[in-house]
Amino acid sequence: MLLLTLLAATAVTIARMRSLLAAVMLTGIYSFLGAGWMLLLDAPDVAFTEAAVGAGVSTVLMLATLALTGSDMKPRGHSPWLPLAAVLVTGAALVYGTMDMPAFGDPNAPIQLYPSPSYVDKTEAEIGVPNVITAVLGSYRGYDTLGETTVIFTAGIAVLLLLRGRHRRVRGDDTPSDGETPR
Amino acid sequence: MSPLGLYNYWVVIFLMMTGFYVVIARGNLIKKIIGLNIFQTSVFLLYLTMGKVRGGTVPIFAEIRADIYTHPLPSVLILTAIVVGIATTAVALALIVRIREAYGTIEEDDLDAINREE
Repeated sequence: MLLLTLLAATAVTIARMRSLLAAVMLTGIYSFLGAGWMLLLDAPDVAFTEAAVGAGVSTVLMLATLALTGSDMKPRGHSPWLPLAAVLVTGAALVYGTMDMPAFGDPNAPIQLYPSPSYVDKTEAEIGVPNVITAVLGSYRGYDTLGETTVIFTAGIAVLLLLRGRHRRVRGDDTPSDGETPR
Repeated sequence: MSPLGLYNYWVVIFLMMTGFYVVIARGNLIKKIIGLNIFQTSVFLLYLTMGKVRGGTVPIFAEIRADIYTHPLPSVLILTAIVVGIATTAVALALIVRIREAYGTIEEDDLDAINREE
């Protein structure tokens, strides 16, 4: 309960913050709190990944971008009431939608009944690794993971193409982000 | 069913809407990406919340077998989603660096003004 309150408070602080540098650092804290909650939800693998990727890699990438673009943020001219109203209406609709959701931890929720027999029952005989999450990730849903690596490969190429030739155009500006050779 | 059973969903929705607000109300492109990240994490938490079962434990087999395990599928999906999320964030940030190079600003209002002049 305390963790959830902290999480919500961090999110609001990030939203109100004018300094981008502080907002990025708070995003790291937000990711760590999120990882803590994931641990409580019995997902240690996801919590590790979130702590490493969300709080680590993502913060480093953001800081590298801030170093290239500057961390000043201008206040917006028009009033915040229209977006606030849009957000409140969407939020109310979503809360209305949760009325049909199964209660937290309900063993008879639809997700707990399928697939049957469950991955937990099948893993030991079919795959033989103690971690069911690994078994599903690597074997039952192996194509998902293959697709994921394709996405990362594509994203890597896109970043390289976008940042290529910066050295040629901006003289004396060295990129800290990747180790490509100047062309 | 007690209304407290839905408390987790409501916190998730609150986080989601905070991220949404940052994306639509703030003009700075990096701030928008930060908002998108907040939104994204809330979706992760929504999935994991659905997978958790009362009295369940982590789906890893130890010497002593537990009776109930939390559903492993949300964890798997979210592991994939986290990694894909950081990939898209990286591409977005690279685009922002190029926008800053081409226009000299990453404020949406200034970019609008420059585009209108041309």
